[in-house]
Amino acid sequence: MKKQDLPQDESNLKSANMTEVLYVTDENNNYTTANSTGWDIKKAALDESLALINERIEEARQDVANNIASPIVYFMELNKMDLQVLASYAGMWQWRVKRHAKPKVFKTLSESVLKKYADAFGISVDELKNFNGK
Amino acid sequence: MKLNFEHHQTAHCENGVASNLLINKGLKLSEPMIFGIGSGLFFVYLPFLKVNFAPGFSYRPMPGAIFSKAAKRLGIKIKREKFSNPKDAQLALEKNLENNVPTGLQVGVFNLTYFPEEYKFHFNAHNLVVYGKEDGRFLISDPVMDYTTSLSEAELEKVRYAKGALPPKGHMYYPTHIPENVNLEEAIKKGIKDTCKNMLAPVPLIGVKAMRWVAKSIPKWADKKGTKVTNHYLGQLIRMQEEIGTGGGGFRFIYGAFLQEAAVILKNDELKELSKEITAIGDLWRDFAVDIARVYKNRNSKSNIYQELSKSMLHIADLEEAFYKKLRKAI
Repeated sequence: MKKQDLPQDESNLKSANMTEVLYVTDENNNYTTANSTGWDIKKAALDESLALINERIEEARQDVANNIASPIVYFMELNKMDLQVLASYAGMWQWRVKRHAKPKVFKTLSESVLKKYADAFGISVDELKNFNGK
Repeated sequence: MKLNFEHHQTAHCENGVASNLLINKGLKLSEPMIFGIGSGLFFVYLPFLKVNFAPGFSYRPMPGAIFSKAAKRLGIKIKREKFSNPKDAQLALEKNLENNVPTGLQVGVFNLTYFPEEYKFHFNAHNLVVYGKEDGRFLISDPVMDYTTSLSEAELEKVRYAKGALPPKGHMYYPTHIPENVNLEEAIKKGIKDTCKNMLAPVPLIGVKAMRWVAKSIPKWADKKGTKVTNHYLGQLIRMQEEIGTGGGGFRFIYGAFLQEAAVILKNDELKELSKEITAIGDLWRDFAVDIARVYKNRNSKSNIYQELSKSMLHIADLEEAFYKKLRKAI
């Protein structure tokens, strides 16, 4: 890519006052580096991925409200986690986390188990327990 | 305490940390040199491993591989340590700083406070350098950032002990020995040979063959999984390709810069021509990303659009195959 063709589109980098470095060629076809503020194409891909995450969060919220899923599922999605990531943060087996995703089982959990989840999500036990999706 | 450490922004975190740490020790090697010698160009397809609800594609080797390979080929010794106890990890880091050793760390991205919100994912193979501690905060040189930053003790512990896939477990590393005379020519040749070997590997999961597999899968996803899922997979492909720290087009350009430098060092004009060739291939990867983005902007597009994407990716794979074959012969 030629230096003058390097896109300078507005992107999510702006919020952190960042640019990115790319290797580009100058007028004599020699390599050099140049900074870019972003590229629309990449932003579109990132936005698509974030939209999907938001969709999943919203779905999880409704499932909690409809008593299909426990708050653990909502906060897992909210923190962009999947079962594997959450299980390792909470220090439990995945099958156990899966069980705790059922509202019925969730209600029986002890304070110490709830604390593990709350810490993994960076919230208090009360916030976790009292989330009803509404 | 602030060590004498120069921050250079780079295109990719791992080469960047490696290059910055070596420059600090007096060995001036550019980012592309580390990338080329460490055989950073790669492609792997793991259809059964789901990452972010899409199959796993990667345009890079395993985290850490680039620096390890480059160090081995240059005769540099790196010390790598992991700690089961976060307190020990912090003490060891502080001891290093006291001994005037800027130290590379593997960290998770999700809790990196200075990153833009949208880039915070559970990706645990990011790299940065700690080069001091002032007022209870660690001074951070993150090679993908324009400027240096700092993290509190708690913040640093959080990213050093990120969980999930590839957990860093406090992983820290730093060069302990750099030979007086580095045999750059030999190292460059080894790096190039290894890249050609990987990209031309006769197995379907890696290299050019894996690219073809992905290319052929695109229309199949569309048939079996529908437009929405296919577009998400394609979006993932672009993100893996062009986002910070990974690279399709971006990596080809770094490789082009490497071949241009290598041509001078090895006095080999053919490498200069090949540098132009990989640059052109890099441009095609970027065009491919543009085509993908176009597909999910016009949602109700023609049905053969996935066939066309598949064709362009197969075309790139053909060009790459020819490129690596020539490159192998050129050295």
